[in-house]
Amino acid sequence: MGRYVVKRILSVIPLLLVISILIFAFIHLIPGDPVRKMLPKEATNEEYLALKEELGLNEPLPVQYLDYMKGIFQGDFGESYKNGLPIREILPDRMAATLKLTFAGIVWAVVLGTLIGILSAVKRGKFLDYLGMVIATSGISVPSFWLGLILIQIFAVELGWLPTGQLDSWKGYILPSLTLGCSIMGTLARYSRSSMLETLQDDYVRTARAKGQRESLVVLRHAFRNSLVQVVTVVGLQIGGLLAGSVLVETVFSIPGLGRLMVDSIEFRDYKVIQALLMFFAVEYITINLIVDLLYGVLNPKIRYD
Amino acid sequence: MSENNNSVNSASSAYMDDPVLQNRSRAREFFKKFCQRKTAVVAGCFIILLIVLAIIGPSIAPYDPDVYDYSNMRAAPSLQHIMGTDEFGRDVFSRLLAGTRLSLGSALAAVLVGAALGTILGILAGYYGGILESLVMRGSDVLFAMPDILLCIAIVAIIGPGLINVIIAVTVFTIPSFARVMRSATLTVRGSLHVEVARSLGCPDSRILWKHIFPGTVQAMIVNFTMRIGSAILAASSLSFLGFGADVGAPEWGAMLSSGRNFIGVADHLILFPGLLIFLTVLAFNLFGDGLRDTLDPKIK
Repeated sequence: MGRYVVKRILSVIPLLLVISILIFAFIHLIPGDPVRKMLPKEATNEEYLALKEELGLNEPLPVQYLDYMKGIFQGDFGESYKNGLPIREILPDRMAATLKLTFAGIVWAVVLGTLIGILSAVKRGKFLDYLGMVIATSGISVPSFWLGLILIQIFAVELGWLPTGQLDSWKGYILPSLTLGCSIMGTLARYSRSSMLETLQDDYVRTARAKGQRESLVVLRHAFRNSLVQVVTVVGLQIGGLLAGSVLVETVFSIPGLGRLMVDSIEFRDYKVIQALLMFFAVEYITINLIVDLLYGVLNPKIRYD
Repeated sequence: MSENNNSVNSASSAYMDDPVLQNRSRAREFFKKFCQRKTAVVAGCFIILLIVLAIIGPSIAPYDPDVYDYSNMRAAPSLQHIMGTDEFGRDVFSRLLAGTRLSLGSALAAVLVGAALGTILGILAGYYGGILESLVMRGSDVLFAMPDILLCIAIVAIIGPGLINVIIAVTVFTIPSFARVMRSATLTVRGSLHVEVARSLGCPDSRILWKHIFPGTVQAMIVNFTMRIGSAILAASSLSFLGFGADVGAPEWGAMLSSGRNFIGVADHLILFPGLLIFLTVLAFNLFGDGLRDTLDPKIK
């Protein structure tokens, strides 16, 4: 196990390296000169060259890359072209908004998804099973940006129950997080249903029933506990998808998070910010996958790494 | 179930000598099994309807999708305009019909190209192994290190907005999924007896790949293909919704939703119908894909 953990962690390093080089290279291959964009139209050639020198854009690309990476390790992501602020200062507030949203989304997804999954498995072939799977497949297929708009329309505009765009209270997070969690809810419901169906047929479940245990206990304590591994894996693998989904949900609900920042930066062609965000998302996604992989072994002792 | 299997075996063994008849009966068997899955059949019919509409849509549209009518702006659904009109008085139903070609077409084009490239890479990687395999698989890892839509957004951020660029972006994120699926399918087929026989008979690689390996991987490819179209439509319309895709004035579904968004609470039909159509289309492809997978491989629940 110890050797596997070390090996698995080490395997991430080359992946991160390649991705950082790719992101850096692509951002710098983009046609268009950021220096020209930063200067007013009437700027002289001397001013142009001076700024270029100041930004370090005269150096060859590999040198620029090394400088950039050195900066990242010291927590310096450069400055936004748009407002000149250090990206390090822009990120924390944005990150907090996105993390709250993502976390709430996961809670919705896990609670509703596993509930639907368990009910569908227990009532296999009945109406409830059918209904549960319709909800699950719809959750996977519905475009989040549309679902968000419809929820705003019903709960904020027509009924006036919930606010939108007010993030000072938890109520403001209900609709966006529900929208964000919808697709994982669906995936989770399907996975937990099929893994529950498998465990419900296992011998120990039959034994539990045979000794006269209540059905609810059989389902929750024996069957569900053993299908938890699947639930954790699915949740873990989908968190990266949630981050991407936050781009859309934050746009629909006007939440000032990382996703919104990404869209704004692309519109403004603020490449320093785009680059920082891409790096951040990639590192995050890879780290989460790594953690899921390692957790998998902890949760299921049957899995051996040799 | 077992009885059913036995009858299939005996039926096909009677035709063993005739590969054409054998194939035909297998296709019929598949069709019969597939038809028992009613939701998948309904989904399939809806997909066919969409494809027909994509081809003949504009000619049956009641109005010109691009004609402005300033006396009839944001009109609610009525008998004249069954889905109402948009902020320029254009008929929403006609625009959705015209948009079928754009939305469905761009997703199909992207998945087709992505599937072709991914399949070639996956089969070659699975068959030859070695450096090629490592390269293809590590490449997929790198692309998989980014969540789907984020990868698309990143690509569009780099090469610029526009429908063609969206297709390129969706193609790129489709390739790795096919490369992985096809590689593992190839690995399974490569070890089977008929491939070994072909090899020992001195068959050239190209013939083995095309005649012996590829047919064995087709099932995996078809299932992945249908599943991928759903996510391609979602990705493409998401990009258009964010303003990175189709031209704002184009009747692409995501773009229509994006401009309708400004009239929430004022003209709800501008949000309802385009989104509903995207939803139903993606749902249809997902249900159809589920049905196909269950029919081809009943082991997976």
